[in-house]
Amino acid sequence: MLLIPCPWCGERDETEFRYGGQAHLARPLDPHATGDAEWAEYLFMRDNPKGWFRERWNHAAGCRRWFNMVRHTVTHEIAAVYKPDDPKPELPE
Amino acid sequence: MQRFSIVSLARNALTGHKDWPRYWRSPKPKAEYDAVIVGGGGHGLATAYYLAKEHGVTNIAVLEKGWLGGGNTGRNTTIVRSNYLWDESAHLYEHSLKLFEGLSQELNYNVMLSQRGVLNLAHNLGDVREGIRRVNANRLNGVDAEWLGPAQVQEFCPIVSISPSMRYPVMGATLQRRAGVARHDAVAWGFARGADALGVDIIQNCEVTGFDIREGRVRGLRTNQGDIATGKVGIVAAGHNSVLCEMAGVRLPIQSHPLQALVSEPIKPVHPCVVMSNAVHVYVSQSDKGELVMGAGIDSFNSYAQRGSFPVIEHQMAAVLELFPIFSRLRMLRTWGGIVDVCPDASPIIGRLPVEGLYLNGGWGTGGFKATPGSGHVFAHTIAREAPHPLAAPFAFERFTSGALIDEHGAAAVAH
Ligand SMILES: Cc1cc2nc3c(=O)[nH]c(=O)nc-3n(C[C@H](O)[C@H](O)[C@H](O)COP(=O)(O)OP(=O)(O)OC[C@H]3O[C@@H](n4cnc5c(N)ncnc54)[C@H](O)[C@@H]3O)c2cc1C
Ligand SMILES: [Zn+2]
Repeated sequence: MLLIPCPWCGERDETEFRYGGQAHLARPLDPHATGDAEWAEYLFMRDNPKGWFRERWNHAAGCRRWFNMVRHTVTHEIAAVYKPDDPKPELPE
Repeated sequence: MQRFSIVSLARNALTGHKDWPRYWRSPKPKAEYDAVIVGGGGHGLATAYYLAKEHGVTNIAVLEKGWLGGGNTGRNTTIVRSNYLWDESAHLYEHSLKLFEGLSQELNYNVMLSQRGVLNLAHNLGDVREGIRRVNANRLNGVDAEWLGPAQVQEFCPIVSISPSMRYPVMGATLQRRAGVARHDAVAWGFARGADALGVDIIQNCEVTGFDIREGRVRGLRTNQGDIATGKVGIVAAGHNSVLCEMAGVRLPIQSHPLQALVSEPIKPVHPCVVMSNAVHVYVSQSDKGELVMGAGIDSFNSYAQRGSFPVIEHQMAAVLELFPIFSRLRMLRTWGGIVDVCPDASPIIGRLPVEGLYLNGGWGTGGFKATPGSGHVFAHTIAREAPHPLAAPFAFERFTSGALIDEHGAAAVAH
């Protein structure tokens, strides 16, 4: 059970949020110059670390805004939340 | 291997059942093997068994970081069926169901396959159309399937509520009579015992921590019990496939999520089959011990914690009571979670990876128990012949580049 600190609304129950998966995935800038392998990378391949993970969340039943979060995938500890245009925080040790 | 029979049972009864041999040896790892399977769940053990049995590849080892079947194999809700929508899946899962049907004989080990029938309920017009379409698709693929109306559903499973005043009324169901449940531990143990008898080294408490890859080719792997040389590695590590592949420099289209299940206190037999519902989202059967066995969907976030959040359990309990009002005063006994490796198209990846000698059998996600024998069978072929088994070919890793996905999300009723 996660208690998620939305950067706009503060701590809220996990059930108010939608998960958005890995953060900071950049869509290829020129679709026409992008080959199959690069599309596969962008569309399907994902980091899936056992440890700290930068991921996207949407406060669906609240302010409905997207934000990023650094969470540990084993302990579920939350190290940071930040807005989409904030700089990426360092991952904890 | 001492074969089980009425004679051996009687003989051991006379000696107070003290002389039964161990099911498998616990050897120290050798310095070198022809092939190494990483992951001692059902799929890894089945792969080793068929490598030895069908391809004569016996100088192999199965490395398991914990105990055999302690991963998803020992955590699932044991539903076995083959009524998948798309041709590729129907053929693969049907191959597995057929192997399941002969598995107790094949392994001389009772896997307690109980073909009690699986109902997939329809609660709205979309479900009805999807269900009938899937019944037709299944029949064209030689998979047994029937469409039942609400009254027939209740005849088949009297405790399901078909009251039209329900929030999600039962408008019909697909039925696969050959589907059912099997004993998950027995599948792992049976394959392990069979593989061991054919000379396979099964090594528990042996965690793979890295690979020796030179010039794009696997030369061996590193473990907490020392280095092992080998030219072929089959990764069959379910929730940990991404972790292992990352060690080999390969990125996968897989995300690891918790999937939870729970059982109730044991009661007398009341539930004759398996009921699954996509819209209300739960699946329920009753174990031989009398417990109701229930599961539903994954927790949304990535995790390796083997536990999920309580609202997921609450949600599936609400669904159970919607379908089975008679369970309202039943107490729940325990819940647990497994880490499932989910692919974007909800289909597995079976085949070679972009490192020579490295193979993956994963991405089975929430529904791979039913595929255990079939998966091992086609993966063994793929490793031994260095070419995909025809049934495995569509499930190659390359499909994410070619775009030939096998999209079973939603297509195959609930994904279990
Ligand atoms: C709650 C739940 C319910 C489910 N219900 C169903 C169902 O009803 N029907 C169905 O068909 N499927 C179901 N599934 C899915 C099914 O359990 C899995 O798809 C299947 O069991 C996977 O088998 P496996 O052998 O690949 O994985 P596992 O049994 O998980 O085996 C993988 C093994 O790899 C080992 N491993 C990991 N990393 C390493 C390493 N570095 N070195 C050595 N070993 C390692 C692990 O310890 C583990 O034992 C369910 C899953 C869960 C969690
Ligand atoms: Zn908010």
